[in-house]
Amino acid sequence: MKHLIPYFKKYKIQSILAPLFKMLEACFDLAVPLIVASIIDTGIAKGDKDFVISRFFLLVLMSLLGLLSSFTAQFFAAKAAIGTATGLRHELLRKVQSFSFSEIDRIGKSTLITRMTGDINLVQNGVNMFLRLFMRSPFIVFGAAILAFYVDRDLALIFVGIILLLFVAVFGIMFVTKPMHKTVQQNLDRVTAQTRENLNGVRVIRAFGREEKQKEAFENINGTLLSSQLKVGSISALLNPLTYIIVNAAVILILWFGADKINNGRLFSGDIVALINYTGQILIELVKLASLITLIARSIASMGRVGQILDTESTMSYGELTEEKNYDEILSFKNVSLTYEGAGAPSLSDISFNVKKGETVGIIGGTGSGKSTLVHLISRFYDATEGEILLKGESIKKWSKSTLNRTVSIVPQKAMLFSGTVKSNLLYGNKKASDEKLREALTLAQAYDFVKEKGGLEATVEQGGRNLSGGQKQRLTIARALVSDADIIILDDSSSALDFATDAALRKALKSLCNQKTVFIVSQRTSSVAHADKILVLDDGTLAGIGTHDSLLEGCDVYREIHESQFKKEVQR
Amino acid sequence: MKDKATAKKVLHLIKPYKLPVVASILCSLISVCAQLIIPYFSGNAIDFMLEAGKVSFEDILRIIGIIALVTGLAAVSQHLSAVCNNKVTYCVCRDLRNRISEKFHTLPVSYLDSHPSGDLISRMISDVDTFADGLLMGFTQLFSGVLTIVATLILMLSLNGFVALTVILLTPLSIFVAKFITSKTHRFFTEQAKIKGEQTALINELIEGQNIVSAFGFEDEALGSFDEINQRLEHTSLFATFFSSLTNPSTRLVNNIVYAAVALISSLFALLGTGITIGQVSIFLSYAGQYAKPFNEISGVITELQNALTCAKRVFDLLEEADRRPDPENPVNPEIKGSVELKDVAFSYSPEKKLITDLSLKVEPGKRIAIAGPTGCGKTTLINLLMNFYDVNSGEIIVDGENIQNMTRHNLRSRYAMVLQDTWLSGGTVKENIIYGKPEASEEEIISAAKAAHAHSFIKRLPQGYDTKITDDNLSVGQRQLICIARAMLCLPPMLILDEATSSIDTRTEMKIQDAFAKMMKGRTSFIVAHRLSTIRESDIILVMNDGKVIEQGNHEELMEKNGFYARLYNSQFEE
Repeated sequence: MKHLIPYFKKYKIQSILAPLFKMLEACFDLAVPLIVASIIDTGIAKGDKDFVISRFFLLVLMSLLGLLSSFTAQFFAAKAAIGTATGLRHELLRKVQSFSFSEIDRIGKSTLITRMTGDINLVQNGVNMFLRLFMRSPFIVFGAAILAFYVDRDLALIFVGIILLLFVAVFGIMFVTKPMHKTVQQNLDRVTAQTRENLNGVRVIRAFGREEKQKEAFENINGTLLSSQLKVGSISALLNPLTYIIVNAAVILILWFGADKINNGRLFSGDIVALINYTGQILIELVKLASLITLIARSIASMGRVGQILDTESTMSYGELTEEKNYDEILSFKNVSLTYEGAGAPSLSDISFNVKKGETVGIIGGTGSGKSTLVHLISRFYDATEGEILLKGESIKKWSKSTLNRTVSIVPQKAMLFSGTVKSNLLYGNKKASDEKLREALTLAQAYDFVKEKGGLEATVEQGGRNLSGGQKQRLTIARALVSDADIIILDDSSSALDFATDAALRKALKSLCNQKTVFIVSQRTSSVAHADKILVLDDGTLAGIGTHDSLLEGCDVYREIHESQFKKEVQR
Repeated sequence: MKDKATAKKVLHLIKPYKLPVVASILCSLISVCAQLIIPYFSGNAIDFMLEAGKVSFEDILRIIGIIALVTGLAAVSQHLSAVCNNKVTYCVCRDLRNRISEKFHTLPVSYLDSHPSGDLISRMISDVDTFADGLLMGFTQLFSGVLTIVATLILMLSLNGFVALTVILLTPLSIFVAKFITSKTHRFFTEQAKIKGEQTALINELIEGQNIVSAFGFEDEALGSFDEINQRLEHTSLFATFFSSLTNPSTRLVNNIVYAAVALISSLFALLGTGITIGQVSIFLSYAGQYAKPFNEISGVITELQNALTCAKRVFDLLEEADRRPDPENPVNPEIKGSVELKDVAFSYSPEKKLITDLSLKVEPGKRIAIAGPTGCGKTTLINLLMNFYDVNSGEIIVDGENIQNMTRHNLRSRYAMVLQDTWLSGGTVKENIIYGKPEASEEEIISAAKAAHAHSFIKRLPQGYDTKITDDNLSVGQRQLICIARAMLCLPPMLILDEATSSIDTRTEMKIQDAFAKMMKGRTSFIVAHRLSTIRESDIILVMNDGKVIEQGNHEELMEKNGFYARLYNSQFEE
């Protein structure tokens, strides 16, 4: 909740005026039964025609004033609510941008997206309705009771009774059904999951002839959903009859005791009409209040989820260093280990190696052996939990973020492009790159031909690059990294979607760069790393071998095994 | 017209619940009438207590008795009608969902392939919900709304025609006001939805690509383009929210003015002593309030009904989709040998794009056929045809001497074991998944199948061993694949369809899988979608595919000699 306070402060005037004007409108609503009572008691009873006409105009005037104050209130409420949501969205994105990989892994991307969209919308809705109704509904309920006291002190006691009873009925049913609604939702989620399973597994289900069994399983879950729906439905269905009985019991009591008072000359018939009207108003507002509370509870929960993100602090901080001094090795790992947050075992342990400028380094190993983790440490997506990483002779933590970004450029495993044009995507690498430079990078990445076919640098890239094939996306992300002029380029299994021929051409092209740049190539194929100056072989998070293709074939079992699994020629089975 | 047809189908759905539907209509009839009559009686009661000393307590007691009785009646019928409505709504939902679920098993695979599962799921879940809620609830609301209007009209007319006319003529004004505002705000809502869509797309992109944004130091630019959309959204949302929130106060204004007019006119009548009592003034006032309510609701109900019909149509469209070709009436059941023959087979997914033409192939029992080609060349097409997920356009596929269209699909498919790259497992435990094709398997059989698939050792290490529930993320892709293999191992028919793993599995797990595959293939006719050249090289027949077509056919030596597409593909592996 504390994150909302700055916005209430920013929209202080709106946040105060909106409920105030709503209360004003409520005052007009509350006055209507009293005016009607006076028409009956003064106008009709005493035969005063002018009085009746003047009250009519008073009623119309009050409706108009009510309309105006309502408009004002709605405007202020909308303004404050939407302003708050807009601000929150901005804050949230800024926060997410400050997160390192660890935070994003922990929270999850899809969660972050729902927080930014669905949750903030609910907060906006909640603030809006809160400002509009949280004063009005209680004000009418209690106002009606107070005015009843003004009309007649004894009969007003009936009002105290019905407010209490209605309150118990409305909120009691809400309280009882809330967990049941949750069960219904869970059952519905299970039906959805079962549906998805049946659709995605259609081939396997049919291949194994399991249609009947799957159908039965679905009908079971669907039946459970039905009975939970009927259960909550039968309780919710009590609300209307219950409140109806309570209100009419009040009407009966008012009529009976009112009749006595009139007989004694202590009350007029118009007063009775007014009191009966108030019972109706109370019921309407209590029902509104109940649905408002559900809505507010949901948006408070949403606000809590948004707040959780805003309260998360990034675990990564950057240094100030921008100038480089002389160095021997461009990169060195000294007994580096990394254990992911919450993981039981380290993903990398005790890794040490040195890389000189201009070298090509291959990294190979099975899935889960820690290849990607290792290169993520080089681009400092994570920090090592033990040991030290030196970049250009200084601890990697000392470099400023922008210097680090300029020095290391990564081509991630999953090609990620942004909607825009080919050019706007390539400029990610270097905001100031010339068109010529972009073309050069495209050529090196074997992407020039298909880009030209699609319309050149200005060709459109749709969201996530979905108008491109997997291989095309990979080649564009490689080009993007090449544009950056970084000293270190990391290719994280970036050619998996390329066919053999394109992959080979790409490798040839990259080789021509190798004298200027230090290139890391992560791959599962020995053929992709065979030509590297140095190959790191990872096995289960440890460094199983380091050397050239030939020396590793000789001296590293893991490497030989991988190689042989791909070139079966030598395998004896 | 279309709506009429849909409505007819809806009636058919409701048919089994005739009794609760009739009960619901009856109960809501009773409750509406009862609710309307109460203000009438309380107005009457007031007429018996006009002046001090002249109150008629017997009459009041009598009326109070009636009110109590009617209240009870109204409450009970209200509850009953709600319960009946729930019953009908939820049961119709269940029936529809069961029918859709059943439909999923009889639709041709081609339909499921060409319709995104997200769309089908939304028909199953949200369309059914909107339909049932909207249609049945909307219908009852409409019914009781119209009933309220008619009954109020009759009651008011019976009291005083002139006052009644005032109410009748003025109240519908609120509908026009509401319509007017809705039509004016529609533009803002369309605009808002558009900007929201844009913003969500950007949020998706920025969060999915956060590591890239950060690695290239593009945070400020990203935030800038986000803010631009965010500001536009703020602007439009303000208008949309504000203007749409004017509807309620505006209709309330109209209702209040009607209320005031009724107060004025009925009081003037009472004043002149022309047949309106004070009690009747109060009756009119409460009717004036009640009469407006159904009017204000009805326009909403009509939109809801239209929505419901649209959703119903989407659901019915799915249910009426043509089923796959039925199984033959007198199916043959040839002896299981494991021979396959394709005779002049032609096939394409759409008539515009010819894929397979004149494909002939004869496979003796026990041979191995590799299907090779670059990614996306349509290797799965052949699996679709062999398993009869799709029917051939012309020509025939003969298994064990019989055209597969003369067998039941179940019979045909039981002759194959299939392991696909897409490692689909059902939601149950590891064990339930392994026995998927052979539910009666013994414990030993299960374990030996798992051992043969190299899955036993990791399954043992799972928290609950073979009884561990499989979730989306407690197994790696490789482990899932091994379970799929164990599943196929358990019921080993004479023919195999295997889809080799690509890069998502590390090479050592892949070796285990290869080894398991090799065990399975021994002595069995196998079709293998091959990615690894070593597998391809050792096959008896290689089908080389490109762009969905089979372009070359032969064994490794023959194809290398031919020096065509296959030879180029093979050689590129060794290029430096």
